[in-house]
Amino acid sequence: MSEFLQFLFSGLTVGAVYAMVALGFTIIYNASEVINFAQGEFVMIGGMSSVFLLSAGVPLPLAMLAAVVIAVGIGLALHALAIEPARGASVVTLIIITIGASILLRGLAQVVFDRQFHSLPAFSGDVPITIAGAALLPQTLWVLGGALVIVLALGWFFTRTLTGKAVMATAHNRLAAQLVGVNVRFVLMLSFGLSAGIGAIAGVLVTPITLTSYDVGTMLALKGFAAAILGGLGSAAGAVLGGLLVGIAEAMGAGYVSSEYKDAIAFVIILLVLFFLPRGLLGGKAAERV
Amino acid sequence: MLLQTRGLTSHYGRIQALKGVDIAVGEGELVALVGANGAGKTTLLRTLSGVQPASGGSVAYSGADITASAPYRRVALGIAQVPEGRQVFGPMSVEDNLRLGAYRRRGDDAEGALEAQFARFPVLKQRRAQAAGTLSGGEQQMLAMGRALMARPRLLLLDEPSMGLAPKIAEQILDIVCGLRADGMTVFLVEQNAFAALSIADRGYVLETGRVVLEGAGRDLLADEQVQQAYLGV
Ligand SMILES: Nc1ncnc2c1ncn2[C@@H]1O[C@H](COP(=O)(O)OP(=O)(O)OP(=O)(O)O)[C@@H](O)[C@H]1O
Ligand SMILES: [Mg+2]
Repeated sequence: MSEFLQFLFSGLTVGAVYAMVALGFTIIYNASEVINFAQGEFVMIGGMSSVFLLSAGVPLPLAMLAAVVIAVGIGLALHALAIEPARGASVVTLIIITIGASILLRGLAQVVFDRQFHSLPAFSGDVPITIAGAALLPQTLWVLGGALVIVLALGWFFTRTLTGKAVMATAHNRLAAQLVGVNVRFVLMLSFGLSAGIGAIAGVLVTPITLTSYDVGTMLALKGFAAAILGGLGSAAGAVLGGLLVGIAEAMGAGYVSSEYKDAIAFVIILLVLFFLPRGLLGGKAAERV
Repeated sequence: MLLQTRGLTSHYGRIQALKGVDIAVGEGELVALVGANGAGKTTLLRTLSGVQPASGGSVAYSGADITASAPYRRVALGIAQVPEGRQVFGPMSVEDNLRLGAYRRRGDDAEGALEAQFARFPVLKQRRAQAAGTLSGGEQQMLAMGRALMARPRLLLLDEPSMGLAPKIAEQILDIVCGLRADGMTVFLVEQNAFAALSIADRGYVLETGRVVLEGAGRDLLADEQVQQAYLGV
């Protein structure tokens, strides 16, 4: 029982990160039908920037805030320099551009930062809380709490503000959104900024637990993508549900079967969903083969 | 003239859908555009709203050249369109659909505009919290019109507002169009029902394969032998 609970805690922690990556996918996908494969790099940029700012003497809270701002800036630059100039190109072309951007960002990170693994100090210490025999790191609560705050804030933005509703309207019917005066280029820009910010927050929160390095984005993107299509591409609630499920499946698989299969589980989920559940659990748009 | 196009052309890839269209709509006029399926009526309206690029020619609105303006700028200038097939935001509520219509009018009296649309279309008030996609065809058409009117446009573009509706409802929709015109709004109306459209219009244009082939006062076009044979089935 305590073993199960232990696996569940670790599954929820990584799952919350996958959920935030999947939310990033969802936001950009809804605005443009593009899958942004550079989404994992935003998580890396959040973590790595914090680490290097901290070691440069910037206090931790300020370093984290700056890291998120840097990631948002890079997200906006990605939109302005790579996506916007290719406006009118097919969705597949844009997806390939994001893959190129992810490789570029990884390469730049090796140069600007380094190729080592790094950690951040846990925000509230390292003394585990024991629940029914299982140890829960205080940082896990930060990750889960951060994910919850992001979900609530997004929910408020998309259903309570006119700008948020305009983003949703663009996802539902791009033509009609244009005809009511929504600037769909601005919506896409906003989506990139928002997704980058969410990814970076995830990176900042989870680095004390999972460590970070220049290349953590690749696997995170893959797992976040698995989460997004499991939940149903385009559905925000699905992204969160999918993230938690992928995280839990991975932790259980690693715990009860073998940790060697940990990374394979996301692949298996992607294949199973594409074969048997193309609309995902919460019925997003059918995933197309790209 | 509030709106004037000169030699307007537009392409879908290699297919040329507009082959040099000259139309003009004066302030306060109700102008109808009729033509067969595939004549290019929708393409013309899309080009006027800027969601379809012009490949040549010009669009002038209120004296300014807007040929290359982004769609949202044209909405801000007062051009609103009720698109073919209504295109409501299906999963969103009726009220949200309407409020989005005033997207370029932030800061203005959104509540007043909303009440004005509820007064014009009482059924929308009853359905205000319902998802737009669950409305009947006629109700969706009213919603699409209410949404466009939320922008308080100077020029309203209507693309086949009676398409697919029961005759009674279609008549009701066209009555509302007449009412708008009577209130002083400028309306450019595309209709498959050429008889109904030309009967209420001040002037009309006949579009054939991307070209204007006839124009004149609504009632003159109705009496025109060519129009009668081609579009009125007389
Ligand atoms: N998205 C598109 N891609 C390619 N060709 C198109 C597209 N939309 C329209 N066309 C072509 O452009 C021409 C004009 O079409 P348009 O929809 O403007 O006609 P319409 O007069 O509105 O017809 P309808 O009465 O059926 O609504 C047609 O030949 C049509 O096949
Ligand atoms: Mg049409």
